Amino acid sequence: MDGGMKLAPNLVEVEDLTVRFVTREATVHAVNGVTFSVRPGEVLCILGESGSGKSVTLRALMRLLPPRRTKITGRMQVDGQDILSLDRGALRRLRGGLVSMIFQEPMTALDPVYTIGTQIIETICKHKGISRSAARARALELLELVKIPSAAQRLDNYPHELSGGLRQRAMIAMALSCDPRLLLADEPTTALDATVQIQVLILLRKLQRELGMGTIFVTHDLGVASEIADRIAVMYAGRIVEEGPVADVLRAPLHPYTQGLMASTVHGQARDQDIDAIPGSPPDLRRLPAGCSFAPRCRYATPECRASIPEPRSPEPGRMARCIRVEAAVHSFA
Amino acid sequence: MDMMPPSSFDRGGPAQPLLIARDLRKHFKVKGGAPGAVVRAVDGVSFTLFKGETLGIVGESGCGKSTLARLLLHLIQPDEGELVFDGDTVAEVRGISVNALRRQVQMVFQDSYSSLNPRMPVQDSVAFGPYVHGKSRSAARQAARDILVKVGLNPDLFGPRYPHELSGGQKQRVNIARALAIEPRMVILDEAVSALDKSVEAQVLNLLRALKANFNLTYLFISHDLNVVRYISDRVLVMYLGSVVELGPVDEIFSRPLHPYTTALLGSRPSMDPANRIEEPPITGDPPSPIDPPSGCRFRTRCPHAEPVCAAKPPVLGEWHDRTSHVAACHLHDPASGHSMARATVGAA
Repeated sequence: MDGGMKLAPNLVEVEDLTVRFVTREATVHAVNGVTFSVRPGEVLCILGESGSGKSVTLRALMRLLPPRRTKITGRMQVDGQDILSLDRGALRRLRGGLVSMIFQEPMTALDPVYTIGTQIIETICKHKGISRSAARARALELLELVKIPSAAQRLDNYPHELSGGLRQRAMIAMALSCDPRLLLADEPTTALDATVQIQVLILLRKLQRELGMGTIFVTHDLGVASEIADRIAVMYAGRIVEEGPVADVLRAPLHPYTQGLMASTVHGQARDQDIDAIPGSPPDLRRLPAGCSFAPRCRYATPECRASIPEPRSPEPGRMARCIRVEAAVHSFA
Repeated sequence: MDMMPPSSFDRGGPAQPLLIARDLRKHFKVKGGAPGAVVRAVDGVSFTLFKGETLGIVGESGCGKSTLARLLLHLIQPDEGELVFDGDTVAEVRGISVNALRRQVQMVFQDSYSSLNPRMPVQDSVAFGPYVHGKSRSAARQAARDILVKVGLNPDLFGPRYPHELSGGQKQRVNIARALAIEPRMVILDEAVSALDKSVEAQVLNLLRALKANFNLTYLFISHDLNVVRYISDRVLVMYLGSVVELGPVDEIFSRPLHPYTTALLGSRPSMDPANRIEEPPITGDPPSPIDPPSGCRFRTRCPHAEPVCAAKPPVLGEWHDRTSHVAACHLHDPASGHSMARATVGAA
């Protein structure tokens, strides 16, 4: 924001990122020109439905996408490092060191044949180059940090011996093991039960504040975003259609898609009335419509919407929406 | 329509409950576990389902809500307990056969893809039910077309497609159409909207409400999403580790929960208000394993009000038969329990 690109105090700078998956049959336009930044210690929530490109954006930041079939363009910087130009060795140092990631399914993200202690210790030894016994002491500290009860015994447990909530805590411990400056979280609480989800969310929020990590948190759940985000970026069909401080976006969404998403989210609606649902379904990413991708489902769409992709408009500092109906007060957003 | 036994046929009259489940029990043997180890998936569940209502069942994973749904249709045989469908005992002499029950009770599952045959165009999947239940091929095909229209799919456009050619929302519409094709009186919706995106979930919820009014249906709506359950249900049943902890009308459950677990579940919903975030989780820890559940009250290991009496004897649910009953299985609400904070429940029928 506020012209920060040149001063570069930002932890993450992503500019005009596009990701395409190319196969013989078709090209999937998963991410189509995404620009955002994250300051140190800030939590950005990327909110979107399945196929909106939110997870692909996250994976691109760590170069986790299959290189042969993926075409990435644009610019991505984390802590001054140009992600797209890193070689294998530099990538290995980056992953789990400067940047680490937690996933939705800890059971598939953790290795089933090693104890969680072994997996955490390995990460610490690789990145910090310290002895195994020192790493073990650090691993124990981490399990206590994420509030795993009787941590010393749990260190020698295999992933399948832990409950879902404890497994997710173990994965968080592993992600934090090398003091990352940037934490990427891909729906980390979606697979958890309600009473466990809120525990893990509150834990993540506390740790993020104490450790001052910049965080990008991908979710489809407005409620989760309202609990953890500083800012929200709403994605639709591979573009950020709205961005702003979480309280502002939830109180007065600018983009018709965000408005529709909020109206569709069941939350205390009158029981005798229909929900104000968005009609239709998201576009096919192999054949994106010209112009605004949301236009085919938008109640306000005009021929102008279908003619060209709306430029980002900023009605007030720190907020942005890609919709021609939004009055632009400040023109310096992008 | 020329349906097999007219499915709107209301034998017992509107006041007769459509379904009564009494003390249903299902324990699964643990493979490779200690001898005699069982998962107490459903452990003594009783409830009444009235005609035309929607009963919501909530609970966390492993609480037995899906097993319960399968027991109701005898997709799994109950170990113990009794099912009464519109006055007829299920699977008993002089009662109603399982086949006849399934003609009147249908089910929609969570995974919309794996519950459809991938090698069959969806119109054939939908026509299969009416055909098996005695319609001619052409009549079954016509019934499928009619019902596809009713769920909002153009039969000419979508009927010949295969499941992989449909979006998640469209597949779930097909599953709903298939369930309704034989004109059932009751539909069990087991997490039927949980896998859908929010914008599509809203569309399907609207559709379910419209179909219910249109076909005079009774719903059993299983979900882990409390907001959705609040929106769609008339009454709510809360499960924890295989047993019912609370049952009551939806507004009472949400405004005046009796059981500490229900309170915790409600308090775990995100605030939707960044200015008033939840600072402390209502309860800590994960639900214990149903293999060896805690003695007495199963919630006592996570309950803020647990006392020795909670470990000593299991609480009972109380009078659950009525439409207006609001009851909880908790010693706090039984003055005779011996719990130091016990008091009589006000207003429970």
